[in-house]
Amino acid sequence: MGSDPAAWRRDFPALEQAVHGRRLAYLDSASTSLKPRAVIDAVVRVFTHQAGNVHRGVHALSEAATEAYDAARDAIARFIGGRPDEIVLTSGTTAALNLVAHSWGRANVGPGDAVIATALEHHSNLVPWQALCAERGAALRIAPIDDRGRIDLAALAGLIDDRVRLVAVSQLSNVVGTIAPVAEIAALAHAAGAIVVVDGAQAIAHLAVDVAALGCDFYAFSGHKLFAPTGTGVLWGRRALLAAMPAWQTGGEMVASVDYDRARLREPPHRFEAGTPNIAGVIGLGAAIGYLESIDRAAAARHEARLHARLRDALAAEPRVRVLGAPDAAVVAFTVDRAHPHDVATIVDREGVAIRSGHHCAEPLHHRLGADASARASLALYNDDADIAALIGALARVREIFR
Amino acid sequence: MTEPTRDPPDDRDELYQATIVDHDRAPRNAGALAEPTHQATLDNPLCGDVVTVHARVVDGAIRDIACDARGCALSRAAASIMSTMVRDRTAEAARRLAAAFEQFVQAAPEAEYADELGELRAFAGVRRFRSRRVCATLGFRALLRALEAAT
Repeated sequence: MGSDPAAWRRDFPALEQAVHGRRLAYLDSASTSLKPRAVIDAVVRVFTHQAGNVHRGVHALSEAATEAYDAARDAIARFIGGRPDEIVLTSGTTAALNLVAHSWGRANVGPGDAVIATALEHHSNLVPWQALCAERGAALRIAPIDDRGRIDLAALAGLIDDRVRLVAVSQLSNVVGTIAPVAEIAALAHAAGAIVVVDGAQAIAHLAVDVAALGCDFYAFSGHKLFAPTGTGVLWGRRALLAAMPAWQTGGEMVASVDYDRARLREPPHRFEAGTPNIAGVIGLGAAIGYLESIDRAAAARHEARLHARLRDALAAEPRVRVLGAPDAAVVAFTVDRAHPHDVATIVDREGVAIRSGHHCAEPLHHRLGADASARASLALYNDDADIAALIGALARVREIFR
Repeated sequence: MTEPTRDPPDDRDELYQATIVDHDRAPRNAGALAEPTHQATLDNPLCGDVVTVHARVVDGAIRDIACDARGCALSRAAASIMSTMVRDRTAEAARRLAAAFEQFVQAAPEAEYADELGELRAFAGVRRFRSRRVCATLGFRALLRALEAAT
């Protein structure tokens, strides 16, 4: 059981490179994580030895690909406490949430109904509900947050009535880094007959996720923030909900039998997986989960928690820096007085420090927090104290340029 | 054992030239015109920068101009410098300057450039930052859009 942060760093070859002649301080894992050698090797192995299609051929390459692909689905199910037939493989969180909106949403949300999203949401867990409500004549209600970036549970409870069909919430905010009380929200929603959709894009890489304990009905996440390739994602859904849902996209792979005038669809999860999937990406996601299972995840969580507290406190102590909200984990978004976040990110990049700038696909949240944009530093298990020191040092350069 | 070397110091490559920082802090011709003959707003959805240009064009010449630029230092400074350079030029001359600046920004980092760009030459460094080129050109693009259509 690896529990040495320095050893984790060595598992990620991207960290071996210099950037602008400096040691790379990669503080943008909330955008996309770096990939461990185990994942890179798994993807190379697919294209080298398992390059057949899945669930189609009977030849050796197809058999090998199918076996690895199905094993990845099993690993994903184990990782979040679900069953393999509840794991729909998608291209990412966005596709997973759109699947819920287009399939469950169109079948279950009608005129006069309501959908609730929190004020924290990433565009991917907001815009699909806007579109669904506009199409179905339903109302979108926004659950407010306080200045620390915490969901106001009492206010949320006040928004829930028997017209509400669905509540959408991100488990870990990609901007303010707050952790939502998903179990409490699920209890409130279920009492009113609504379902709960969780955007787990950030949470999946930082929290121990157990969909049963969360009590949610759908849980969506992306592989690429969990050390796996881009173009992979997961929608976990309760089996009974998935079984009753119509197909969204149709074509090959998702049908049981086809005649010229009709098709009989397969059972979930295949009903929602039309077309040839991202085979190498999914196998890479299985390898990423295998990597996480091979290390001491509790130690990784302690390491990240210690670094996060340091990062948050160091930024809060910097002159002219304002931290957005009161982050619990993984990310710290901030602004620097008299310097725009894009300029901040460009200047620290020259010092080898990679951070994100902009509104991080959460424009309404930035307006709620009184900022047009922010800079954001985010962590993964491969970060260390030197990364934080590099960022803090580079911020001095920002203040020097923008006096 | 040698320390990693920094990029060789070259003032021309420094992105945040004193000129740019100065125009960002105190943009010239900032705000709006009471009676513009032409105006346009452009944004960059990638980063959220927004530039609004007001112009008063009389007999084919830009007699007055105002810019409201919200966003990063590059977009604010570029709009400010643009406003100082196109005032009292013909719309045609302003279009030529816009084209020259666009070409300058998109060129290879080591490419030569002409003196006619004046203070805009401070943006030479942006040629090394592909993702930031659009910041530098947003103001001129807004001006071109404004000149296309009367209010």
